[in-house]
Amino acid sequence: MIRTVVEKILARASGRSGVTAGDVVEPRVDLAMSHENAALVIHQFSEIYRGTGLDMRVWDPSRITIIFDHRTPAESAKTATNQKKVRAFVGEQRIDKFHDIRGDRGGICHQILPEYGYVRPGQVVVGTDSHTTTHGALGAFAFGIGATEMAAVWALGTALNVEVPGTIKVILRGRFAARVCAKDAILHLIGQISAEGANFRVIEFHGDAVDRMPTSGRLVLCNMAMEAGATSGIVPADEETRRYLREEAGVSDDIECVRPDEDASYERSIEIDVSDLSPQIACPHRVDNVKSVDAVEGVKVDQIVIGSCTNGRLDDLAIAAGILRGRKVAASTRLLVFPASWRVYQAALKEGYLSDLAESGATILNAGCGCCLGVHQGALGDGEVALSTTNRNFQGRMGNPDSEVYLCSPAVAAASAIAGAIADPRKAG
Amino acid sequence: MKLGDDVSTDIIYPGRFMATVLPAETPRHAFADIPQFNSRLLKKEIAPGSVIVAGKNFGCGSSREQAVSALKGHELVVAAKSFARIFLQNAVNLGLKTVACPGIEASEGDEVELTVGQGCPVPNASDSENSRREFSPVRVGGGHVINHSTGGRFDLIPLPRPRQEIMDAGGLIPYARVRLLKRPKII
Repeated sequence: MIRTVVEKILARASGRSGVTAGDVVEPRVDLAMSHENAALVIHQFSEIYRGTGLDMRVWDPSRITIIFDHRTPAESAKTATNQKKVRAFVGEQRIDKFHDIRGDRGGICHQILPEYGYVRPGQVVVGTDSHTTTHGALGAFAFGIGATEMAAVWALGTALNVEVPGTIKVILRGRFAARVCAKDAILHLIGQISAEGANFRVIEFHGDAVDRMPTSGRLVLCNMAMEAGATSGIVPADEETRRYLREEAGVSDDIECVRPDEDASYERSIEIDVSDLSPQIACPHRVDNVKSVDAVEGVKVDQIVIGSCTNGRLDDLAIAAGILRGRKVAASTRLLVFPASWRVYQAALKEGYLSDLAESGATILNAGCGCCLGVHQGALGDGEVALSTTNRNFQGRMGNPDSEVYLCSPAVAAASAIAGAIADPRKAG
Repeated sequence: MKLGDDVSTDIIYPGRFMATVLPAETPRHAFADIPQFNSRLLKKEIAPGSVIVAGKNFGCGSSREQAVSALKGHELVVAAKSFARIFLQNAVNLGLKTVACPGIEASEGDEVELTVGQGCPVPNASDSENSRREFSPVRVGGGHVINHSTGGRFDLIPLPRPRQEIMDAGGLIPYARVRLLKRPKII
C-alpha cells in the first residue's frame, strides 16, 4: 500500500500492517512531554488511579520528559508551589529526562527535545503543549494533547482513540532571498490556508527549499504548522536529520528515516515558490492576517521580542546580531532577547552574539518562554504595539488585551529595532 | 456579546492564570480579559445551561485544559461552527458539552434549543460515584439546534466515533480507569 509518513508511523506504532486517514488506532507512545502543566497532569493521573487499589506508577519513566520553561524562574508563589510538586513527583517516579531551572540543561521544551536527541524519526511524540508539532521537523509524528489525555498516556503508555489524520502536502521550491527565511514561508502559508486550514490534518513539507533547509528552519515550519490548526507538521527525515541528530544532539545509535511513498495519497497539495517571497508579517490579532512587510513598513513599535520555541535558536540570534552589530536600538523602542535554551545561550555567548545584541541596547533575558504568552516578563502597556518572532498574536497574548502584536522573522525584528518601526531587513545594510 | 471566529484559548482563559490548574478554581478566570462577560458569569447572570454560540475554529491556540474546565465550571454549552482539534478533544475528555453546528446563527439573548442524539441523556455507564457526579454524558449522535427567536434550524455534525466512546464512558478519567484495570497483570 502507498502511505504518507503519518500513516506509516501510526501503522507501526499500533501494530498494524497499514492504516489510512480516518482509521482509529491506539499507538504506543515513544515520548511524552510536559512542562509546568505537569502539575495538572499529576492531579488527573491520581484521579485515574483513585479507587483502583493499584500502586500509582507511570508506565515507563524513561519515556516521560518534563521541562520547566513557561515561567522560569517562578514568577509567583503559586507557580513555585506547582514546580515543587512536580519535582517531588519526578523524584518518586524516577523520571530522568527532567530539565529543572538550571543554566546547564534548562530551556524551552521544544528546543530541549531536539537538542538532547530525545526525538527520533518515526516516533510518536505527545506533549501537553500545542506547539509539540515542532518535533515533526525530525520526522516524528508529534502532536499536542490536554493534561487529562497525558494522564491517560502516563497510565497506559498509549494514546487512546487516535484518528489517523489526512495529510496536506506543502512543497517549498526555490531559494530564499537574503534575509528571507523559513518563518516567512510558514507565515505566508498560514495566510494562504487560514488559521484552521489544516485543522485535524498533518502538513508534510517537501521541496528543494526544505531539502536544503537546516533543522533549525524545519523546526520553525513545524512549530507554526500549529497556527494553521495542524495536528502535526512533518518533514520526512533525511540526511540533514541524521546530521543534526549526530552532530548537534550527540545521538550515536541507528537512525532510521521514515519516508512517504512516492504516490502517497494527499488531501491536497500546495506549492510555494520561495524565491520571490518577501518578509512576511502576521498582523493583529490573527496569525493568518499575513501581509508583505511593505504593507506595514513604518508602523511604530514599542517592544521588539526575539526568542521563543519558534525563533530563539542560535541561527536566529546570529541573524539578529549580524544586523544589530555596531548599531543601536532606537530610543523609542525596547528590544528583548530570550534564547530558546541555556545551551543556545552559552553558544551565543561564546560566539559574541549576546554582547553584540546587548551593546546595541537589547535586554538579554534568561532562556525560557519569556514574554511570548504574557505570564512572565515583558508585559505590554495599554495601547502598546509589539513586534515579535514568537508564534501567536492573539488578542491579550502578551498579557494585555489592550495591545497589539505583530509576528515576524528575526531579520525583520532586528532591522525594525534600529528603525523603531517595522522595517524591511533587505534594506537594513 | 459577539466574539466571532477563531476565539483563542488566550481569550477563554488568559495565560497569566495558567498556574491555577484545579477545575474547582479555574471558572473564576473564564474570559477574564472581557471583564463584563467574566463578571456576568461569576454573578450567575448567565444561567447554567446557557449556550455560547460561536463561529469557526473555537478554542484555537494553546492546549491549556483550563479553557475547558473554566467553561464547564459555569455549566456552559458551546455550539460552534467548528472547533480547534485540541480544544474539542479536551472538551470530550472533561465532559464539556460541545456541538459542532456549521450553519448556526444566533444573537445574544436568543432562545436556542439543543436536541442531540436519540434518547438523550443516555444512562451513565461509568464506574464510580465520583465520575457520575463529575460528568453528565450527552450522546452527540447528530441532532439539531433550533433558534426560537429567529426560527432558524441548524443540523449538528455528530462526534467522530473515537470521541463518542469517551463521552459515553463519562469522560477520559473513567474511560482510562477501566482500561487500567483491564490491563494484563505483570507477574
